[in-house]
Amino acid sequence: MLSSLVGFLGDFDLAEEATAEAFAIAAERWERQGAPTNPVGWLVATARNRAIDRIRRERTLAEKTRLLELPEAAVDDFDETVIKDERLELIFACCHPALATEAQVALTLRALGGLSTEEIARAFLVSEETMKRRLTRAKLKIKQAGIPFAVPADHLLPDRLAAVLAVVYLIFNEGYGGRAELAAEAIRLAGVLAELMPDEPEVHGLLALMLLHDARRHARFSGEELVLLGQQDRSLWDAAQIAAGREQLEQALALRGRGPYVFQAAIASLQTQAPIDWGEIASLYARLAELTGSPVVELNRAVAVAETGHTEQALEIVESLDLPEYRYLYSTRGELLRRLGRRDEARAAFERALALTVSEPEKRFLTRRIAEL
Amino acid sequence: MKYALLIYDKPGSHEALEAQEREAVYGEYFALSEDSRCLGGAQLGPVEAATTVEVKDGRTLTTDGPFADTKEVFGGYYVFDVADIDEALELAARIPSARLGGKVEVRPLVEQPS
Repeated sequence: MLSSLVGFLGDFDLAEEATAEAFAIAAERWERQGAPTNPVGWLVATARNRAIDRIRRERTLAEKTRLLELPEAAVDDFDETVIKDERLELIFACCHPALATEAQVALTLRALGGLSTEEIARAFLVSEETMKRRLTRAKLKIKQAGIPFAVPADHLLPDRLAAVLAVVYLIFNEGYGGRAELAAEAIRLAGVLAELMPDEPEVHGLLALMLLHDARRHARFSGEELVLLGQQDRSLWDAAQIAAGREQLEQALALRGRGPYVFQAAIASLQTQAPIDWGEIASLYARLAELTGSPVVELNRAVAVAETGHTEQALEIVESLDLPEYRYLYSTRGELLRRLGRRDEARAAFERALALTVSEPEKRFLTRRIAEL
Repeated sequence: MKYALLIYDKPGSHEALEAQEREAVYGEYFALSEDSRCLGGAQLGPVEAATTVEVKDGRTLTTDGPFADTKEVFGGYYVFDVADIDEALELAARIPSARLGGKVEVRPLVEQPS
């Protein structure tokens, strides 16, 4: 309901307040008189009328005069099916490139996730004041800069959709490290997108990827200690989520999806099988690397290549990469050198990785690795 | 909505073009000014011709040169009347300076009461 109002009014705050007022009136009036036959229609009509009243009283920008031309919405006119779901328009507005990424993430969580400002602040480790300011500035930018509440035109859609998916994936990755409610929220948002844009393979790809990764969350740690994929207790994997992830991947492939999220989901899906086909995974990483040009993808390819037994080849790939501050480059190099029996070099690599690591479980993991050499 | 598109040039970027390419680029600037959505614009003269004025304590201070001593130089502007920022951004992306090492700032105009 909020999204439909925001689309209609082009103004967040006004929509929020009008919605709240409508609910307040409903609570009071329906208790006295009983609920109307079409409660949702009543709420929307009431909220719109409150908003229009407010605008008339405030007599603001010329831009808003168009709303004064509109007839007062009659309660009976509103059929539930007529209320357009404008969540897509809302998410594209929240993720518009004219907004800073952190603003996009905060707005998306606030407008579509329904998270409170306090919850979002906590998730991103900033004060509530800071987050409040960030949201206020972002909403103001939308209004002042004329950011539209609309699904972008066809020629803009690929880039804009990529930006939306990037925000959702960012939210998921923030949750990946332990803040489970963010991961769940990201999956929910992707689910909404998949519902609203069922013909977009990358949407299904991202949803598949997140479901498959999230399914393994209980096996990733043994107490406080990190457990690598090869050592994980598969009985702790969420089988239903893996099935759901594979289903989404099937949908993406049926739509001829060949984008980065589809590839990543395919890799994640292969990793849930026993035994793992590392050769196939290595070639998928190669295709992904071609698509994205990312050295991190190449690093992952090296790991897959090593798992097929070609340790020397894997090491060559690692040595060719330019990732000077990336701890996983050094931890991978260390592991490969260890497998080749080059213990002193392995130790140096692990120690470099350790120096770049912040997470306590990861630090302990690396320390153990060094001790085992 | 009306937007100002403020063009910041990379110094020398247009002069460095081959004569034919430069002609084509000027054609693009002209085409934008002929767009039905264009309300106006201007190309600014060279930065060497600039003079900066400041008034402090009632005294007018005049300095030789542009206001900002930045790498990019403010070189001109357009004003467009469009539906939303996406249209403005598309027009901005067509401004040759943007792909020749310069930048275009897109800012909404303050609507004056008519």
